[in-house]
Amino acid sequence: MPAVTNQQVESRVIEALASFGPDPDEITRDSTFEELDIDSLDLVELAQIVEDEYGVVLKGDDMKELQTVGDAIDLVVSRADAEA
Amino acid sequence: MTERAGCALVTGASRGIGAAIARGLATDGWPVGVNYRRDRDAAETVVAAIERDGGRAVALEADVADPATPEELFGRLESHFDSPVLALVNNAGINRDDLTPSLGDEEWSTVIETDLSAAFRLIRRALVPMMRARTGRIVNVASVSALRANPGQSNYAAAKAGLIMLTKTAAVEVARRGVTINAVAPGWIDTEMTEGVSKDLLSAVPARRAGTPEEVAACVRFLTSDDASYVTGAVLTVDGGLAA
Repeated sequence: MPAVTNQQVESRVIEALASFGPDPDEITRDSTFEELDIDSLDLVELAQIVEDEYGVVLKGDDMKELQTVGDAIDLVVSRADAEA
Repeated sequence: MTERAGCALVTGASRGIGAAIARGLATDGWPVGVNYRRDRDAAETVVAAIERDGGRAVALEADVADPATPEELFGRLESHFDSPVLALVNNAGINRDDLTPSLGDEEWSTVIETDLSAAFRLIRRALVPMMRARTGRIVNVASVSALRANPGQSNYAAAKAGLIMLTKTAAVEVARRGVTINAVAPGWIDTEMTEGVSKDLLSAVPARRAGTPEEVAACVRFLTSDDASYVTGAVLTVDGGLAA
């Protein structure tokens, strides 16, 4: 059984990203962080939210690879599964 | 008294400037963690004084130079007051004065670790919860020695000058999250650290007197207040004009 579902992570990540400024309706799996004006400081905060909620520790190097919202969701789900 | 959504941590708060800051923040409504390294009785005296005035405080033993300290110290404080640390005052500091040609490696690295690296690690631990709260106040206690050369203090001056640029850089990184990071630069303040220093040096101070810990605390109280919400990356000298 997966530790967390893709849908759970998706809704939490989108909620977190919306708190950084972008309109929630504009945030889809395919949105790039650049389009959403999400910068490296936002990603540091997102990493902390993910760690608190799912116990998944994401370091700076992990975050640098991320281009889209979907990349972030998939990374969290795969790490959570790996640790479950 | 203002109700605070979080608590404050003051390092090196058992004596001198740190004790005055802890008492001042408690007066301003902050529940305060009074960190100390060795002198438990002195820290408990600060806590008792705060409680007598109707404030809330807890004494917390920890050596800030230990890299494990931030996580452990924040954990104890957050659980004690059941709230996040929304004000951090990096006050703990030491000096090991000697002229540069004879300054030892140990004296160099101990001062850099305690006065600079420890502050970095505490700031790092403090920032994300402050960012998430969209508010936070960090004040670093630097020194006029970071602004004006004082023979015999190359280690201390380098650490405190580093602390000032750490202050400014971190301040601009997090400014849009409502978190402010500032420094105060005290000059000659009457504390144990300045005991035994020749009083002749006072003639170099335009105010012609030493400052008091309370005069430094007043600046820190301002920088941690809601009124200082647009002040970040600043260095406020508290030195009777010494660095002017």
